[in-house]
Amino acid sequence: MQRKSRLVLIAAILGFIFLYAPMVSLVIFSFNKSKLVTVWGGFSTKWYGELFQNAQILNAAGLSLRIAVISASLALVIGTIAAFVLVRFGRFRGRNLLTGMITSPLVMPDVIIGLSLLLMFVAMQNLIGWPNRGMTTIIIAHATFGAAYVAVVVQSRLRDMDLSVEEAAADLGAGAVRVFFDITLPIISPALISGWLLSFTLSMDDLVITSFVSGPGSSTLPMVIFSKVRLGVSPDINALATIIILIVSVGVIGAALAMRKKDMPHG
Amino acid sequence: MSQQENGPVMRPWLDPDAVPFIRIRNITKKFGAFTAVNNVTLDIYHNELFCLLGGSGCGKSTLLRMLSGFEQPTDGSIEIDGQDMAGMSPCDRPTNMMFQSYALFPHMSVEKNIAYGLKRDRLPRGEIADRVAEILKLVQLEEYGTRKPAQLSGGQRQRVALARSLVKKPKVLLLDEPLGALDKKLREETQFELVNIQETLGVTFIVVTHDQEEAMSISTRIGVMDQGKIIQVGEPREIYEFPQSRFVADFIGSVNMFEGQVIKDTQSKVVIHCPDAQMDIEVSHGVSCASAQKVAFAIRPEKIQMSRTKPKKALNLTRGVVQEIAYLGNLSIYHVVLDSGKAVRVTRPNLERADEHAVTWEDRVYLYWDGTAGVVLNT
Repeated sequence: MQRKSRLVLIAAILGFIFLYAPMVSLVIFSFNKSKLVTVWGGFSTKWYGELFQNAQILNAAGLSLRIAVISASLALVIGTIAAFVLVRFGRFRGRNLLTGMITSPLVMPDVIIGLSLLLMFVAMQNLIGWPNRGMTTIIIAHATFGAAYVAVVVQSRLRDMDLSVEEAAADLGAGAVRVFFDITLPIISPALISGWLLSFTLSMDDLVITSFVSGPGSSTLPMVIFSKVRLGVSPDINALATIIILIVSVGVIGAALAMRKKDMPHG
Repeated sequence: MSQQENGPVMRPWLDPDAVPFIRIRNITKKFGAFTAVNNVTLDIYHNELFCLLGGSGCGKSTLLRMLSGFEQPTDGSIEIDGQDMAGMSPCDRPTNMMFQSYALFPHMSVEKNIAYGLKRDRLPRGEIADRVAEILKLVQLEEYGTRKPAQLSGGQRQRVALARSLVKKPKVLLLDEPLGALDKKLREETQFELVNIQETLGVTFIVVTHDQEEAMSISTRIGVMDQGKIIQVGEPREIYEFPQSRFVADFIGSVNMFEGQVIKDTQSKVVIHCPDAQMDIEVSHGVSCASAQKVAFAIRPEKIQMSRTKPKKALNLTRGVVQEIAYLGNLSIYHVVLDSGKAVRVTRPNLERADEHAVTWEDRVYLYWDGTAGVVLNT
């Protein structure tokens, strides 16, 4: 037993090193005094200061945040409606088609999604003059794949839900709308929260699809970082990456906690 | 007991002038090609604790859901307290339902769960608090008002569900397998509690169950269902002692069934020729049947007498060998194989703590019963 548990421990440590060593080194080097990325020159926070004076990066971060919030909220509404249709409406014509369509962004390569969206936006602009490529198109694109993730998460929660709870509320005198807001929504809220956080992070992170559909003057944070890195890594990017890692981990841990809090029986 | 206080007629179903509280008329429910409930007509009276009893898929839950309004009948009508229920949604009906899964709202405390229905009626806040406190006391959960359902035991959850469905003082309470999720000991205690609460509040209860013991011990009357139809309605004793069909006799309790042919049929007695029982069984009551008709004679295991010595006087007498004994404490079950090969089940109470003369394995015994011990079934 002793040997076996030690083996498991070693495996776990190796696994964690594999996963997190790159991030840890990045965090450490963000506090590097030296201008050379690979040489340690002592502790300093000057790159953080420089970062906050870089208007290009700050603008890009602001744009990314706005896009992420709006597209995640859009994805939440669309994905939740799709999940309800799939779980509650029983068998209807085109149900399998809808299931496939909803989950396709999960398996489709980003390049293909990006290209097809771009083609659609160009065609739409020629036909009705909307949307102009920029923030709007990025939001639509992000909401598209975000909705897929929301639909999957909400679907599984809805499927687990005991229908008689809703019937009980109706039996006690609540109309359909009241039942939804009093009973259904609170019960599936952990799934809604984690779905929103998931599509928020995916939107913050996306580079490929965004590059296809963005227009002049609308560079998101990943795009700016990527273009900067191509010209050589500057240490302020490390500082920025550290902040992003912090935000993302808070988001992911928050989502996990929200799911767990509802599932764990008390006492 | 308190039912006697309600008036001289405590069994309104025996009174031809009594007005039924719930009238179910020719109700049918079809799901596609499948008929779940088939032309059921049933009267249930005020203050009854009526049990719908049947195996799974017999249509009892569908019937209950039609009463609550979750299913619309394909055909037929339901009337509660003189009011036609057609097209009325569950939230407007004078019924409340207790669900098999209890269906408690997991994100609300016990108090909020119970208050939910009262809030929908827009009652003043003080009255809601009073009624919640009152019902919590009735189900003995005063201390648990602020807990969440996940923090309660199964039995406590069951009582919260009961309190929540009773607090609106419905005219009819519908209970779907109310004790199904409890273990045996707790179930027996809760049965009596349920009956007490029903008698205290004077609400008409309709209980769906597949557990015949439960149905026997709590109900005023039982409706036995099979394949969407009500096969027999009657008081527990009536259903047990006077089943009208092979299905009911077999479904309620255990029974020994002898197939035979009527060979003598008079006003006061019937003789059935049963090769299985190696005799002609005499029954001392008339049966409405044609002569020479094939019938079944059904007798409960506890109605059969058994002894090693030949009884002096026995109307119906046969012999067999004890093959199996199951000692259950309060009684023992004996499997006696007759010379014809037919196995008969006999139960005897264990009246003595150490009975040296008790019948044992491989004993050759006499089985006998008198003319009123069993019933003749021709359906």
